[in-house]
Amino acid sequence: MDTYQVVDQHRADTGTTHTDDVLGVKRQRRRTVTWIIALVAATVLSLILGIAIGAVYVPPEQVVGILGHRLLGTAEGAWTEATEAIVWDVRFPRVLLGLSVGAGLALCGMALQAMVRNMLADPYLLGINSGASSGAAAAILFGAGAGLGEHALQGSAFLGALAASVLLYSIARSGGRVTSVRLLLSGVTVGYALYALTSFLIFASGSAEGARSVMFWLLGSLSLAGWGTPLLTVVLVTAFTAAVLTLFGRSVDVLAIGDETSHTLGISPEKLRTILLILVALCIGVLVSASGSIGFVGLVVPHLARRAVGSTHSRAFPVAALMGGVLLIWADLVARTLLAPQEIPIGILTAMVGAPFLLVLIRRLHSNP
Amino acid sequence: MITGNQLSYAYGTQAVVDNVSLATSPGRVLGLIGPNGSGKTTLLRLLSGSLKPQTGAVHIDDEPLETLSPREIARQLSVVVQESDAETTITVGEMVLLGRTPYLKPFARTRLSDHRIATEALQRVGVAHLGHRAFTSLSGGERQRVLIARALAQQGHHLLLDEPTNHLDIRYQHEILNLVRGLGVTTLVVLHDLNLAAQYCDELIMLEYGRVAATGTPDQVLQPDLIHRVYGIHAQRHQLADRLQLSFTLQADPALTAPQKGLPT
Repeated sequence: MDTYQVVDQHRADTGTTHTDDVLGVKRQRRRTVTWIIALVAATVLSLILGIAIGAVYVPPEQVVGILGHRLLGTAEGAWTEATEAIVWDVRFPRVLLGLSVGAGLALCGMALQAMVRNMLADPYLLGINSGASSGAAAAILFGAGAGLGEHALQGSAFLGALAASVLLYSIARSGGRVTSVRLLLSGVTVGYALYALTSFLIFASGSAEGARSVMFWLLGSLSLAGWGTPLLTVVLVTAFTAAVLTLFGRSVDVLAIGDETSHTLGISPEKLRTILLILVALCIGVLVSASGSIGFVGLVVPHLARRAVGSTHSRAFPVAALMGGVLLIWADLVARTLLAPQEIPIGILTAMVGAPFLLVLIRRLHSNP
Repeated sequence: MITGNQLSYAYGTQAVVDNVSLATSPGRVLGLIGPNGSGKTTLLRLLSGSLKPQTGAVHIDDEPLETLSPREIARQLSVVVQESDAETTITVGEMVLLGRTPYLKPFARTRLSDHRIATEALQRVGVAHLGHRAFTSLSGGERQRVLIARALAQQGHHLLLDEPTNHLDIRYQHEILNLVRGLGVTTLVVLHDLNLAAQYCDELIMLEYGRVAATGTPDQVLQPDLIHRVYGIHAQRHQLADRLQLSFTLQADPALTAPQKGLPT
């Protein structure tokens, strides 16, 4: 029993009111600060361990030394060039991608859950990942996007995601107002249509090897990580999304309660939903084109974050982002070491862990809010 | 004072509010009554600015509603509405603090003064001890109090309530309306129950097919012949010491054939 519970119990027993913190806001702020500090520490630790552990083990102090040397220009240590290459060129970009993708998925999931007022909404609800899949399949099977050079796959996937977003937006806006139901239905429509397109591309190519590559990509993987435009885009877009969503936190709180309530508190729900839709669609498009459809992170992490610090979005968004990032770094670590040298698609892992976890959360949701 | 002047609104070709004019009186409770589909809720939405009237105009303290921004409207009018699908994990304290939204810049944090105002609002409706609880874990009556507290935290000069007694036990119905009356705020309340309307409202407006069927004090409006025409039910008036009480029967009750006030015989 923590301090707050003891105090609460005492107050319940004595029948006194919480005159010092009637709203419970101070308590939640303290909790949030604690969680953020713990999660930042966990993120740093995960970054270092995620780089250290792998087919070749690199001692953490060497990891720190190499990162310090490359990032801050500290002195070179007693490590080989090969070790430096593994740390800097292979593992660091991969861990950074995991951190950003995990954070981005958690943020987009949380935003969408508020936008459509459904706790089971996830980032793939909008069908944007299906667009990315079609683009990726076209690139893998038919060499689409060859003009984009070494990032043809990500580039083509992003174009697919962009097309899906435009399609989604035009369908959702077709009735004039972007309501939560219309958003849901548009997402499902776009998702199914483009899923069919991807399946058709696989069927039409007639290549078993190609089909396997597409499948691997569909299940999600961080194996494409490397220094370059895709990684930079993912990091920047995720950071931007995190900042904007956190700043819009209170408006999202209001939107999550209902459209009528939004009106009465001076916020236009349609306008806000449209702004969030554009932001979230862009972010998801960038994420899935770099890493495929990694499931369950965007669904489960928002629930975890709300349980930790409550439903106030200005607090829950940063916490969810950090949780998602840490979770995905560790999931990727397991994905690439468990059956080494074989790599398990990370989406399989997140689903295996996420599904039972979600069940527990749903059972608790109503019994112990 | 909120005034509506010749307001009309139609969904498609179906007129829901048809040429309605009304005005609230400072510090008094105006009740909006009428059968299902008579346009009560639509009228409330027109007055609160969440729907735009197709003809006519709404003024808040002589300012036309359409010249005010949504935030400005939200600072003048506190509206309590029913959200059917409240699948939220928000706490009571957070819910009441949201009432301060119209006063805060979009990106600004809540200030100490906002916390004080929200705390006072929660104390005023008598549920300060529930501040830490999840909103969805409350009973219907407690939820309604919290929503009224949020409306108070909004500090509007006018309170608009859409069926605040819906789904509440009889005791809570009276508690909520007693609470609203005691606030001394200019209030417009949509009510289903005519006896509650008689007991807690200073004035009533009865709607029928989107038009005003009658307006005046409860004593003037709640006439058995009018009730029969608008609601299709026979009403008997019982004058108690301090107020009017109605009882209802589907058929005209032969045991109550004695001439009644207002009933044409």
